[in-house]
Amino acid sequence: MDPELILRGVFFRYERQWCLRGIDFDLRKGEILGLIGPNGSGKSTLLKIIDGVLKIPKGEILLRNKPLSTYKRGDIARQIAMVPQESNFRFPFSVFEVVLMGRFPHLGLFPFEGKEDVKIARQSMRLTHTLDLAKRSINELSGGEKQRVLIARALTQTAHIILLDEPTSFLDIRHKVEIFDLISSLTLTQGLSVIIVSHDISLAAQYCHRMLLLDKGGVYKIGEPTEVITADTISTVYKCPVLVDKNPISKTPRLTVLSRRGEGKTLA
Amino acid sequence: MRGSEDQRITPVKVIITGLILLGILIIIILISLSLGPAKISLRDILAWSIGHGTFDQQAWMIIYKIRLPRILLAGLVGFSLSLGGVVFQALLRNPLAEPFILGISSGAAVGAIIGIVFGFGFHLGVPLLSFMGALFTVLLVIGISSRQGGLESATLLLTGVIVNAFFTAVIMFFIATTSDSRLHSILFWLYGDLSQSKYIQLSVSLPLILAVSGIIYFFSRHLNLIVGGEDAALQIGVEVELVKWVSFLGISLITGVVISFSGIIGFVGLIVPHLMRMLLGPDHRLLIPASAIGGACFLIAADTLARTIISPSELPVGVVTAFLGAPFFIYLLKQRGSQWTQS
Repeated sequence: MDPELILRGVFFRYERQWCLRGIDFDLRKGEILGLIGPNGSGKSTLLKIIDGVLKIPKGEILLRNKPLSTYKRGDIARQIAMVPQESNFRFPFSVFEVVLMGRFPHLGLFPFEGKEDVKIARQSMRLTHTLDLAKRSINELSGGEKQRVLIARALTQTAHIILLDEPTSFLDIRHKVEIFDLISSLTLTQGLSVIIVSHDISLAAQYCHRMLLLDKGGVYKIGEPTEVITADTISTVYKCPVLVDKNPISKTPRLTVLSRRGEGKTLA
Repeated sequence: MRGSEDQRITPVKVIITGLILLGILIIIILISLSLGPAKISLRDILAWSIGHGTFDQQAWMIIYKIRLPRILLAGLVGFSLSLGGVVFQALLRNPLAEPFILGISSGAAVGAIIGIVFGFGFHLGVPLLSFMGALFTVLLVIGISSRQGGLESATLLLTGVIVNAFFTAVIMFFIATTSDSRLHSILFWLYGDLSQSKYIQLSVSLPLILAVSGIIYFFSRHLNLIVGGEDAALQIGVEVELVKWVSFLGISLITGVVISFSGIIGFVGLIVPHLMRMLLGPDHRLLIPASAIGGACFLIAADTLARTIISPSELPVGVVTAFLGAPFFIYLLKQRGSQWTQS
């Protein structure tokens, strides 16, 4: 089967410095691809490029075998949805209103949603377990609830590719797992393909089919978690001593960060 | 109003809310027509408004030549400033925004004050210079803060504050060096004065205001998404830069026009959108028309007080809006403050 998304030799720069240099990879249908790498390695930039928000000067991106540059903004929004790391609605929109906004790229000149749009929004809320929150103000929600609502909005866009930019970075362990579980079940039941940026490497390794390790704007390694997450690759790219062993239950790589001072704690 | 099962905004909801507010607007206009130094009873006004009864020549002159144009202009000014407030609050993602926040009022004031000091007339010269001052300021602020075709909100705000500070210094210079009756005119202009209202001002500004309102309303759905963050809006398919350019220029244009007729009337653009947001929720498809009509109601009521409360003398209408607006606003903040300060 053809990949959902193909990147070939993608370059990008903000000013003079190239921040992405020759990215090649593809995203398969129903796959969760974990995007990892140090701060400033180009993860968020890469997501913005895939979403068509930033235009690339060099290289090629194919969305369902058609060049991304031939799509209009609204066409992209119907196929690719983005879940931001954090969002702040200045004014107290209700959860239902926020989810319904996902219909934006589907509405024509008439600026009101119809019954069908409401049905799709409710269905997305059912899938993300956010129906109970419908009437609450988006600003009152906890971090985990808010992320689920934003995933519901992405589903309401009826996109088949979902990009998540560090969706778990402000969440506690229980809510981190909840988000990963949700994403995992959505890819299974809805046939979604997902690219997720995460700094929770061990956790992501339990859910991702493949992982892509970015380093200084290039692909350092891509492959199954066990191939990518090794003490060698991680300590080289992150410049930080690590220990990698196996999670005894999932058998996926488990990362332990080692103190630079060696072992043991000392009191000042 | 909020919290029903299916809370989406429908055209029916918008139309019903609009009609209710228009009804309130008409009631306020009729009451305002009856108030003033010359006694004209509300009963006569009501009879006339439904086609029964007429007035004598003198009463007719007062109503048609003095009160009506002033009331209608107050309505248009309130409509525009409140519309400007709600749109700027969304575009700048800032609950404190109002149409003057980018410095347009101080630029307009400098133009008007030059007109007053050099003895231009209140019918043409002063409004024209004021409008030119407003336009110049907007272009200056937007010119300074646009980079590669993009308008960055924080830069816009900062530029607005600085340009505002500069023009305020110019205003103070003129105030300090003017001593005669022109000083009184300047001070009245700075706090809003609708006593010079003419029908010609209505026919100049009405088509423009309607056109801009129509375009802005088309963008109401886009504004909902921009409130949630520009990047997120872009990713969901909103042409963010287009919406920002058109809205900033459109709002600045009508703000410049109305304040060139009325002087600077504060608080309308801040308080009415917040009040409406509290009553009706933050969806701009409902909030924009409600704020605009609500702004018209509020300013007509405030101006009626301004011209009657110390009759036969008059207060600048900006004194009334601030005098009523500030305590009311503080009350609202106390009641619902958490929704604004939450981040």
